[in-house]
Amino acid sequence: MFDKEKLARISESKKKWEENELTKALNRAPEQKEEFKSGSGSIVNRLYTPEDIADIDYEKEIGFPGQYPYLRGYQPTMYRGRTWTMRMYAGFATAEESNERYKYLVDQGSTGLSVAFDLPTQIGYDSDHALAQGEVGKVGVAIDSLKDMEILFDGIPLDKVSTSMTINAPAAVLLAMYIAVAEKQGVSTDKLRGTIQNDILKEYIARGTYIFPTEPSMRLITNIFEYCSKEVPKWNTISISGYHIREAGSTAAQEVGFTLADGIAYVEAAVEAGLDVDTFAPRLSFFFNSHNDLFEEVAKFRAARRLWAKIMKERFRAKNEKSMMLKFHTQTAGCTLTAQQPDNNIIRVAMQALAAVLGGTQSLHTNSRDEALALPTEDSVTIALRTQQIIANETGVTNTVDPLAGSYYIEAKTKEIEEKAMEYITKIDQLGGAARAIDLGYIQKEISDSAYQYQMEIESLDRIVVGVNKYQVEEEAPKGLLRVDPLVAQMQKKKINEVKECRNNEAVAEKLQLLKKACQGTENVMPFILDAVKEYATLGEICGVMREVFGEYEQAVLL
Amino acid sequence: MSYMKLIESMLAGQKRACAKLITAVENDPKEAEKIIREIHQYTGNAHIIGITGPPGAGKSTLTDKVVKALVNEGKRVGVIAIDPTSPYSGGSILGDRIRMQDLALNPNVFIRSMGTRGYLGGLSKYTKNALKILDAASYDYIIIETVGVGQSEVDIVKIADTIIMVMVPGLGDDIQSIKAGIMEIGDIFAVNKSDLFGADRTATEINMMLDLTMDMDRRPPVVKVVAVKNEGIGNLIKEIKDHMDYLKESGKFTERRKNNLKLEVVELIEEELRKIVISHTDKEERIDEEVIEILNKNKNIYEVRDEFLRALSS
Amino acid sequence: MKRPIRVLVAKPGLDGHDRGAKVIARALRDAGMEVIYTGLRQTPEQIVATAVQEDVDVIGLSLLSGAHNYLFPKVAELLKEQGVDDLLVIGGGVIPNEDIQGLKDAGIAEIFTPGTPTREMIDYIKNNLKR
Repeated sequence: MFDKEKLARISESKKKWEENELTKALNRAPEQKEEFKSGSGSIVNRLYTPEDIADIDYEKEIGFPGQYPYLRGYQPTMYRGRTWTMRMYAGFATAEESNERYKYLVDQGSTGLSVAFDLPTQIGYDSDHALAQGEVGKVGVAIDSLKDMEILFDGIPLDKVSTSMTINAPAAVLLAMYIAVAEKQGVSTDKLRGTIQNDILKEYIARGTYIFPTEPSMRLITNIFEYCSKEVPKWNTISISGYHIREAGSTAAQEVGFTLADGIAYVEAAVEAGLDVDTFAPRLSFFFNSHNDLFEEVAKFRAARRLWAKIMKERFRAKNEKSMMLKFHTQTAGCTLTAQQPDNNIIRVAMQALAAVLGGTQSLHTNSRDEALALPTEDSVTIALRTQQIIANETGVTNTVDPLAGSYYIEAKTKEIEEKAMEYITKIDQLGGAARAIDLGYIQKEISDSAYQYQMEIESLDRIVVGVNKYQVEEEAPKGLLRVDPLVAQMQKKKINEVKECRNNEAVAEKLQLLKKACQGTENVMPFILDAVKEYATLGEICGVMREVFGEYEQAVLL
Repeated sequence: MSYMKLIESMLAGQKRACAKLITAVENDPKEAEKIIREIHQYTGNAHIIGITGPPGAGKSTLTDKVVKALVNEGKRVGVIAIDPTSPYSGGSILGDRIRMQDLALNPNVFIRSMGTRGYLGGLSKYTKNALKILDAASYDYIIIETVGVGQSEVDIVKIADTIIMVMVPGLGDDIQSIKAGIMEIGDIFAVNKSDLFGADRTATEINMMLDLTMDMDRRPPVVKVVAVKNEGIGNLIKEIKDHMDYLKESGKFTERRKNNLKLEVVELIEEELRKIVISHTDKEERIDEEVIEILNKNKNIYEVRDEFLRALSS
Repeated sequence: MKRPIRVLVAKPGLDGHDRGAKVIARALRDAGMEVIYTGLRQTPEQIVATAVQEDVDVIGLSLLSGAHNYLFPKVAELLKEQGVDDLLVIGGGVIPNEDIQGLKDAGIAEIFTPGTPTREMIDYIKNNLKR
């Protein structure tokens, strides 16, 4: 970025500075630590100067927002044009209660809905399944049939909101239910906006709500890509997620490397299935974590954007600019929240949210202070949302695009993360791709190594967590935590029974049979799932048919 | 401590008693002696299968599928799964069960995980004691899944009737590079993940290696399987049974068991003798002192041996 | 007879968050224990059957989904039913303080909430074995 002569002069001055001012300062008082490390454990230098970014070509590597390689943002005006979507992940217990919460959030100025499902729903079991015992409605809303979905979005016009659904293994079924509700509201499918997470690889890696083995799971995903590119063109068909990889304990570079490796696997699968890369790639979206180390996180978001652009252009020969743009949702890091002194979490979340905004996120969920204790209360959710509104309206950080660009530290760090991430991708390629690397347990092992190291650093006080291993106080047990009514399971069971009584059971059996045949064959299963859903076949019934044909995934664990 | 009650319960099929007895024989040779003296008459009936092979070959998944196939025939199956113990901490993570957890509740299956606890050779020092408990508990088949060290797990030949060597395409090492003496122990070769590219090559390589091996009364079969998809397991089960038929018909069954028992008895005698010799010569430290003498060329190793043995007769 | 402490680290229910369980498994191993890890989605019945066959000294249950009030006592209950009384059951995860007493009454010896150093848990196990 600088001419040689100038660099030489800077280098000269730096040397002098080191000999004089720095040496004197160090002699007077040594630094507090021998080594300073980032949140992810990589070494951070005392000072960054033009030398550290000397080999970065501004036009090629940094460039302008809305222009390849999109380092500075996928869009030219960024938040000057439109503030990010403040999307709060919520949903608990029953469809009725969640519906009330969504209406409240929309009234409070939330501009997108985000649905959390309970674990039985995420794993394709109805609320009356034996394995669902104790779990119904606990971490999200229980959806057993189209009936629940109708209640969930009652009074919410689906052409006016964009809806994000955190659903993976049974994503095709929940998407089909959403489409069916829209049709009942008279909303045509080309008006539907939203996202399904639909990222099965990270379920195997980190989140654990998988159902089927790798192969049929990848087929379901490409089926959805294909179906939506024709029928629901504005829908984001996948949200390739680093969030949970980071929550499982990865470093920032691993988060980028493993997430983009998953992305590569999805693109390859779709291309192999005969789809043209530019028909589905523009609908791919990403989901990252925003952790504690502010600058490292900003660099991470930027690195991910540049690396993905290069991968799409160079590896997959994408032609459409939109295929190269990495758009992402961010959630602040749940794993950094402490049960001790929970109000401190408000401050952590604020800074993590700031990192996401400085990194150019398209949408953001801010965690609530009490989430290390239980599901958040309404008050806590409001504070979390206000945090975003303060950043957007009061801090001024939105006034200019990519404000930290050109910082010697940020640009050097961005490059470092990009390079490290690329090393992981190369390693995964050598192992035969992300799916194979997961089967071998490689990715999981790398992450659990990092997680273990992080924990040991906390225990040895090399890493300080305020309120946990330093500045502790005696505290009273927190009160007023949100509790899920244990009767929810019974209510859900009652609803399932009612649905099963009222529906046309013959039609259900027939549609399930057709779905089974489709699963055994090679055609797109989406229309068959949609048909079954419309007859009120339950989620468990539909996934049951698929389990029968596809089998179930077996976890790979290396410790 | 008397183990009669536990032994009675174990013989009556109580899993908890079986587990407690394994704990006793796994940890203390003295306790093991007391127990094995009592149960000896009930042992010797199980078909003992060793499953071995390099790490990443899918031994656990294959074990799971073999167990299920046998259980479906109404057989009772015991499993001993061995994982390495950390030489630094003495602890271990025993994770082979993960693949078999849906068998945890099956009344005809008993699964036990063991750490090697510093013992080399792919087993733990007391694997054979645990085996005897399961044998006495009337499991028809006992499957031992060894540590995946690949190069040194030959100890399994000392206790198993049938050894399945699991191979997998594309692990990087050619069959040829696997140490001599390891491949020879396989009674059956299973090429797992045989839906992967390179499976045919792996099978060919095994066959070529077998062609080179002389003195074979029986050529070990090479079976292709895809354990995760439960493919080829039927063939593998058939080969396992054929191998037992072969052993019995050829007289090798008795020969193998005799050899193994002989090894075990000799080992026990040696161990006892060693203890006796050492107790007659002022304990372990004497050896250390004598070693220094050898090192300084004041004595040679045979002189020292003879001195120790003389102490015994005096 | 001196023998290594054997611990079953189990994830009951459908919760897929195993970062904590894995970190603890490794910490216990590094403290010289034999750790049996059985992966995700274990039913209380599977956990108890495994504990019996492996003859473990300790069951460590890890759960973040909020289903602890159902699943933890169920494990304790099954142990009791099978007459297993020489086994220490501990739990951890996102568990509100106000639930802890109830879980202890149900037979869970101790509950470790987020932020507990692994050292503390190791010491607790060593000092509270029932054998």
